[in-house]
Amino acid sequence: MDSLIIFLVLLALGFVFGKLAESRHYRSIQTREEMLVRLPTTSCKKPMERNIPIRHAELVHGHVVISVDYFKQILAGLRNLFGGTIQAYETLLDRARREAVLRLKESCPTANEILNLRIETSSISKGGSGDRVGSVEVLAYGTAIYYQQASSQHPSP
Amino acid sequence: MFVSNIEEIPGKTITTCYGIVSGSTVRAKHVGRDIFASIKNIFGGELKGYTELLGESRDEALDRMKAQAQQLGANAIVNVRFSTSSIAAGAAEIYVYGTAVTVE
Repeated sequence: MDSLIIFLVLLALGFVFGKLAESRHYRSIQTREEMLVRLPTTSCKKPMERNIPIRHAELVHGHVVISVDYFKQILAGLRNLFGGTIQAYETLLDRARREAVLRLKESCPTANEILNLRIETSSISKGGSGDRVGSVEVLAYGTAIYYQQASSQHPSP
Repeated sequence: MFVSNIEEIPGKTITTCYGIVSGSTVRAKHVGRDIFASIKNIFGGELKGYTELLGESRDEALDRMKAQAQQLGANAIVNVRFSTSSIAAGAAEIYVYGTAVTVE
């Protein structure tokens, strides 16, 4: 009986705080994405402006570790029985990837473009009880380039 | 030291190639952080302790790779790749590798 109460309390806590954390995180992601939209990020290896000489290039990276809440873990466990898409984990990974790319962009706000963006995902908290996905780490890395003239706004052709 | 994850350093030309250089670290956080992380796992959200842990170890792996390149006499590393693997709960291995070159 006691363990059932603890389980229900954890479930409720996870549901309330998880929902809150997720909506707050999505809001912050959206406002920051709008602020940084002028910094183009591509997975190409050549810059978009071929004629402008490049002054400087450097490796930049951003990363984040995000965990899923208890309610969603249980939900995903149930989903596992029936099969199908696990939406709880889809939003978790979406948030983590967007956050990692944002952190990468925030580490070089004066760059003109980021080339060859690569995103890597790994789950770090395996072990413990089974091999459930408790949390994921997302790393985004790329090469930031700076054009010769210091115009950080859209370099028009 | 110029570092990039494409096959060249944009705006420079490669003159000499020295071959692969790499750096790796394995790190774990103390128990307090692990307990905190498992509590945070109920509520969801970012696990700052683990974010820090991986950031520090990635910087160290990068530094080791750069030191190795410097020893060879290179002044740039191109085509850098990161890889992460978990070997136990709360411990992670970060491996960074690339090609050491000289650019002008």
